[in-house]
Amino acid sequence: MLALRTSAVLAAVALAIAAAPVRAQDEKKEIQKYQRMTAESSPVELWELEGADLWKAKRGPNKVSLERCDLGMGPGVLKGAYARMPRYFNDTGRVQDLESRLVTCMTTLQGFTEKEATKRVFGNADKPSDMEYLSAYVAGKSRGIRMQVSTKNPKEKASYEMGKAMFHYRAGPWDFSCASCHGTPNKRIRMQQLPVLSSAQGARGTYTTWPGYRVSVSQLKTMEWRINDCFRQQRFPEPTYGSDAVVALTMYMAVNANGAVYRGPGTKR
Amino acid sequence: MPGPMKIRATLKGDYTDIRVLMSHPMETGQRKAQGKLVPAHFIENVTVKVNGKTVVEAQTSQAVSRNPVFAFRVKGGSKGDKVEIGWVDNKGESNKTEAAVA
Repeated sequence: MLALRTSAVLAAVALAIAAAPVRAQDEKKEIQKYQRMTAESSPVELWELEGADLWKAKRGPNKVSLERCDLGMGPGVLKGAYARMPRYFNDTGRVQDLESRLVTCMTTLQGFTEKEATKRVFGNADKPSDMEYLSAYVAGKSRGIRMQVSTKNPKEKASYEMGKAMFHYRAGPWDFSCASCHGTPNKRIRMQQLPVLSSAQGARGTYTTWPGYRVSVSQLKTMEWRINDCFRQQRFPEPTYGSDAVVALTMYMAVNANGAVYRGPGTKR
Repeated sequence: MPGPMKIRATLKGDYTDIRVLMSHPMETGQRKAQGKLVPAHFIENVTVKVNGKTVVEAQTSQAVSRNPVFAFRVKGGSKGDKVEIGWVDNKGESNKTEAAVA
């Protein structure tokens, strides 16, 4: 009996030893496999469908849809619009990302006040926000299109430069910058590889899959949310939704990702 | 009102690959929110029909994730076949949608 038990224990130890040395390379491969599998069964298209309905719905005090919203390619043109944002808009005199531009359309076309339009921009799994649905829909219309964000306009150039400066600016109680996590290769937090967003390779892989559906929270997360959460992780004050600061950081990453094919809305851990 | 569903059905040689996305909270009845149990709310039955004939009849439980994605392989099939998929949950709510095999 004792002998039997000892051999069982020995067998278990042997198994544990055999399973233990997982090499870093294998680990990376396994994580990629996991990411592929989550992407294959992603419900992200449901957000695009809801977004399409919301885009066409007559809403706001003016009871009009967003179908005449100009995202930079002319009123109502969605194809490829996201792959060219952020960009400078003549009517507002600002460089805008998708979400701040949607706020513009909701105020100018639909007649919402800015406060109403930005009242609930980040939703939860039980009740996603309008911005999340709309972002998924508009971004989905750029799937397969090459990223081509311009810095020709002086304001676009200035936004890019401000984003670059902010990316490397260390501040806050932890003396953190975006570059602390996303500036050097081969860093990770738990299972998550941290892309080097100041490099073309890192920015391309990451930027082209946002906004994304997060399986861990069963919800679509927008680019504004992503940057907002990076601010939180750095212990910075919460940035204003659609502010020049958030747009600048988006601009910096988008320009770094130029030339890559947009593949989103993606699927995240 | 239940959220959208989406079917993608593609002919792949001698079988048809059917994928369906469903919006559903899939509450297990175990989760607490603000200290109170969230009542169970999950899909119990999924039915797949191809050209009116039932090919899959599935019983599902709380173990399935929120916004589930199901994939089935059905022998044979041809382009244009009508695929209908419907679900019923434990509260008696239901939804269905259809698509043609591409």
